[in-house]
Amino acid sequence: MNLSILITPVIQAAILVNVMLIGAAYMVLAERKVAAWIQNRIGPNRVGPWGLFQSFADVFKLYLKEDIVPAAADKTFHSMAPVISIAVAITAYAIIPWMDNVNIGGTTYTLSMAPNMDVALLVMLAMTSVGVYGIALAGWSSNNKYSLMGGLRSTAQMISYELSMGLSAVGVLMICGSLNLVDIIRYQTEHGWNVFYQPLAFVIFLVTALAETNRAPFDLPEAEPELVGGYHTEYASMKFGLLYLAEYANILASSAIMAVLFLGGWDLIPFVDEIALMGLAPDSLPAVLIGHAALAGKAALLVFVFIWIRWSLPRFRYDQLMNLGWKVLLPLSLANITITGIVLLLMK
Amino acid sequence: MNLDVILFALFAIGAVASAVFTITRRNPVAAAMSLIGHFFMLAGLYLTLHAQFVAVVQVLVYAGAIMVLVVFVIMLLNLGNEQQLTERISMRTTIGTLVAALFAMQVVTGLLARPTGVNTQHADAAMIGATAGIGNALFTTYIFPFEAVSILLLAALIGAVILAKRHLHEGI
Amino acid sequence: MVESYIPLFVMILVGIIFGASNIVLTEILGPKRSTRTKLSTYESGMEPVKSARERFSVKFYLVAMIFILFDIEIVFMYPWAVQFKELGMYGFVAMILFMVLLFSGYIYVVKKGALKWD
Repeated sequence: MNLSILITPVIQAAILVNVMLIGAAYMVLAERKVAAWIQNRIGPNRVGPWGLFQSFADVFKLYLKEDIVPAAADKTFHSMAPVISIAVAITAYAIIPWMDNVNIGGTTYTLSMAPNMDVALLVMLAMTSVGVYGIALAGWSSNNKYSLMGGLRSTAQMISYELSMGLSAVGVLMICGSLNLVDIIRYQTEHGWNVFYQPLAFVIFLVTALAETNRAPFDLPEAEPELVGGYHTEYASMKFGLLYLAEYANILASSAIMAVLFLGGWDLIPFVDEIALMGLAPDSLPAVLIGHAALAGKAALLVFVFIWIRWSLPRFRYDQLMNLGWKVLLPLSLANITITGIVLLLMK
Repeated sequence: MNLDVILFALFAIGAVASAVFTITRRNPVAAAMSLIGHFFMLAGLYLTLHAQFVAVVQVLVYAGAIMVLVVFVIMLLNLGNEQQLTERISMRTTIGTLVAALFAMQVVTGLLARPTGVNTQHADAAMIGATAGIGNALFTTYIFPFEAVSILLLAALIGAVILAKRHLHEGI
Repeated sequence: MVESYIPLFVMILVGIIFGASNIVLTEILGPKRSTRTKLSTYESGMEPVKSARERFSVKFYLVAMIFILFDIEIVFMYPWAVQFKELGMYGFVAMILFMVLLFSGYIYVVKKGALKWD
């Protein structure tokens, strides 16, 4: 057996974990800066120039905090919940095709971690659905009424919105004919971005992604006025840090997935073969780097949209949230599939 | 040793271990979590058999949907004194032991039997296991069972509502 | 085929190790000065009343049950969507039939008020 099939992914995983950590650190900072900007404040500006090292100081502080586990809590599951949350969040980073294969001096190097999975998109959705347990366990094991209510609400919310998320992806699959994310990107490079053909699905996916990551206006699980901190009320030190980190890691992952599914992934300009116009081979190093930058830029833009929405919209009431998920988004996404089917059949 | 065999061994050991955990844990939440782990191991086993779609659906439906309901029920049923749930030696244990002994015998005879030599996979296994192959099979050969499933799901949907209906207006 | 999934297995393991090591690290680094009051359950400053393990509304179970059924429906849609262009009109009609039956179930659920929250 060739050991390189084990060593390469381990190195890639180590790189991706660092990308995730640094990405999350700067997303937290960006959130605080954007929030300050929206609310006409300055935001963090003490640690490093423009507060650039603020998140690292916060993480360091969290490590040195006392780990408080309530006496009434179930110790094993109280520790297990953050581990499940972060493991699920990290796994998504292996599925996202960050970069195309690159050809240097006649040898092709695979830079993405798992680009050949036939069912990549389904793995992504499956991991999202397993992420529920982190939150449900955190809420239950704390043995606190606020935590339990937060965990319960969150679980019901996540499973409700998962349906519409899966259904909105079906429209993309009908057009691209593959569950493999690399194939979906290649199809869009050739035929234009999916967002132009599936605008409704894109909006539904964006809304469900907000709900799946428990972001405002869907942050009912941690609605401060009613539930204190929701499912992480009884968490302290880095255990809280991990739950928080998982939340931001999920935001970045779902932004990247949206960029891949709807915004063309590595494609810089829709309907234009810009790589050929620049006289580059599609698998040359500059072309691959441009593609990677395009994906990262789109993901960053979507992260900004997440933050923007959070600081602009008020929170839903729980009945409004469930109504939106079950009575608006679910029929809409079914209608989207039907319309897509009819249009595709008529065009043939 | 090739990769398939190593992965099979890992997943098989994991599957058996998590299954044993599921039935030996006193704490129902621990048992449920072991069962989720077991489903992941099963998904891994399906992957070694080239059944990618089935593997991911195993996680999506069993670990991600059905177990959510189970965990809901366990967490919120308020079992109270968990000691009451432990069973005394009874008829059930006796029958269970007998059935387990029968299974053990089967496993032993299976292990003792000479290998038949047929351990290679079907030539089209990889093609059938992929999503496109399943789509083709489902909508040509198995179109009737597929439509029948919708009636089954409809019946289940109505059943769920009727079961819960008399509690619906009691409020949260 | 299974080789293309090895990175995924590796990543799941790395995630678990990363999470577990962080929890161990924070337990080592943080101080331990626990008192009885500090370890009591937080209830907005009041003395905790009873256990949190209460029974909850049947609606949560109902939502979970309906979710399972729709989730299974969607699982059938993925292979169909991937093969949509090959299956053509025939596949479309088959799926519409499937969807109409389940949608009538959905309408039943909504009309019965099973998804009504108040």
